[in-house]
Amino acid sequence: MEVRVANVRKEFDRFPALRDVSLDIKSGELIALLGPSGSGKTTLLRLIAGLERPTRGNIFFGEEDASHKSIQERNVGFVFQHYALFRHMTVADNIGFGLKVRHGPTRPSAQEIRRRASELLDLVQLSGLEKRYPAQLSGGQRQRVALARAMAIEPRVLLLDEPFGALDAQVRRELRRWLRDIHDTTGHTTVFVTHDQEEALELADRVVVMSQGRIEQVGTADDIYDTPNSPFVYGFIGESSSVPVKVEDGQVWIADRPIGLSAPQAPEGQATLFFRPHDVELVDGCSGCIAGTVAASRRVAGTRRVELEIGGERQRVEIELPVDHPAAQKSRVAFRPRRWKLFPAA
Amino acid sequence: MTTAPAKAGWRFRQPSVIPGFGLTLGFSLAYLTLIILIPLSGLIWRSAALGWADFWAIATDRRTINALEISFGTAFIAAAVNVVFGTIVAWVLVRYNFPGRRIVDAMVDLPFALPTAVAGIALTTLYAPNGWVGSLLSPLGIKVAYTPLGIVIALIFIGLPFVVRTVQPIMEEIDKEVEEVAATLGANRFQIISRVLLPGLAPAIVTGFALAFARGVGEYGSVIFIAGNLPYKSEIAPLLIVIRLEEYNYEAATAIAAIMLALSFVMLLVINLVQTWSRKRYG
Repeated sequence: MEVRVANVRKEFDRFPALRDVSLDIKSGELIALLGPSGSGKTTLLRLIAGLERPTRGNIFFGEEDASHKSIQERNVGFVFQHYALFRHMTVADNIGFGLKVRHGPTRPSAQEIRRRASELLDLVQLSGLEKRYPAQLSGGQRQRVALARAMAIEPRVLLLDEPFGALDAQVRRELRRWLRDIHDTTGHTTVFVTHDQEEALELADRVVVMSQGRIEQVGTADDIYDTPNSPFVYGFIGESSSVPVKVEDGQVWIADRPIGLSAPQAPEGQATLFFRPHDVELVDGCSGCIAGTVAASRRVAGTRRVELEIGGERQRVEIELPVDHPAAQKSRVAFRPRRWKLFPAA
Repeated sequence: MTTAPAKAGWRFRQPSVIPGFGLTLGFSLAYLTLIILIPLSGLIWRSAALGWADFWAIATDRRTINALEISFGTAFIAAAVNVVFGTIVAWVLVRYNFPGRRIVDAMVDLPFALPTAVAGIALTTLYAPNGWVGSLLSPLGIKVAYTPLGIVIALIFIGLPFVVRTVQPIMEEIDKEVEEVAATLGANRFQIISRVLLPGLAPAIVTGFALAFARGVGEYGSVIFIAGNLPYKSEIAPLLIVIRLEEYNYEAATAIAAIMLALSFVMLLVINLVQTWSRKRYG
């Protein structure tokens, strides 16, 4: 089911949590809403579910305007970070709940509900646990039950709110792969919220980066990482370093020195230069490079991060060097970013 | 968990590395013995002196049986009523924010604090045939004061805070997400309450019922004013005990007391077992 969010605004007590957000979700897509806390990602998810009503704007399921339909009518599967299982019901009863509360001819027989529940338990790889109570399951198992319960109603869209947030790192990685498999098998349109960029980039077909109630960028993992379209996305996704620079005559300048980067398209004036700390080349001697003195150096896994003080104002930038590179010890290092981007100063 | 350890008879489980287990257990036992067990065994001892035939005669006396029926019956009805309305009161206090909520919240505790005789007199004045409420009800042919109905009303008054105060904290803990998830699964409001919320509250409701019921069985002060105390009709067992005491018939008094004790103990034990069972299930 396609989901279209059109110019949605949501205010809580006059405070805007979402400002004019539009998003098209394709049928069968696995999409991640990624952003820091307070960016409005969970609010957007809850609006799609019908757990909140938009202050302005509409939400379409396919061609149909769902904005004013009740939660019950929307037929969405929702999974919470803390599972929200029914404690007094067995695993099988939890999964069958959505079918049991139906009325009239749409309600399957008790036998059919049982059959569906055990089928879904097979799908989430928990066969044989029908009779257990949620208290008797581990966190990862509970989240699988929660997902099976959401899928039991054959939802038009699956919505997951930080589904792995409460689990430890290893289970998280395992479930991530598992969720991708489930999605590929069932083909449900799925939207999940996360603040973990690794999770979003690894799992999703497309990532929606959000900040302060706005969508900053929508794209595949490659788009988002390689061509960030705003300083926020550059800073939020992956590692980045930034330096204030000046654009003059199609050249990039730090203080009064050109640094060997030409930017003929960029508007003249103050700007900020962004680059990835690992995407730099070291150069000898300096005519057209960024040079600085090593202020701090620390070992990070397979590489070494050095902080350089550059220019007269002793700006600090971070770059990555191979562990055995002699430059890591030298007091003066010169480099040039391989890939970089300029954003005009605000 | 399903991996219950094999039970190897009775054994002291080492509770923790923190010392003081022996001391606190010893103190608890000594205290319970002094405060509860010694007086109660004195009671049984006293009634045992009566001999089986006399005891049986007192126990099967029409007046005794009627008094016990009235005591347990009215306490049961009052506790059942309190379960319904106490749960609603707790719901309103937990779920809604309205002006005066804190005052209502504090008012719930009044029956705890008020001398029971004051409550009894106040209720009697209200429900007597010429009282505010009684004068409205008597044209309808409903008599409250001086009937078992009056006893029920007094016990509802006394027992309300027990239900509210046991259900309220559990209700506060209910996760809003559980309701939201039920709604996304298609459950309507009624189904959410009956299938999701109430089952979760059941253990607390049972506890509240047990407390209100136990209090109702033992209640004396508020009841004797409104009950009218007609033998065989509206005479409660605790009053009958007092009457026997005033007649210096200590044996009969202790015998009735022992019967009440046994009945209460059995009923509370059953309620406790129900709770243990439901706790085990729902974790």
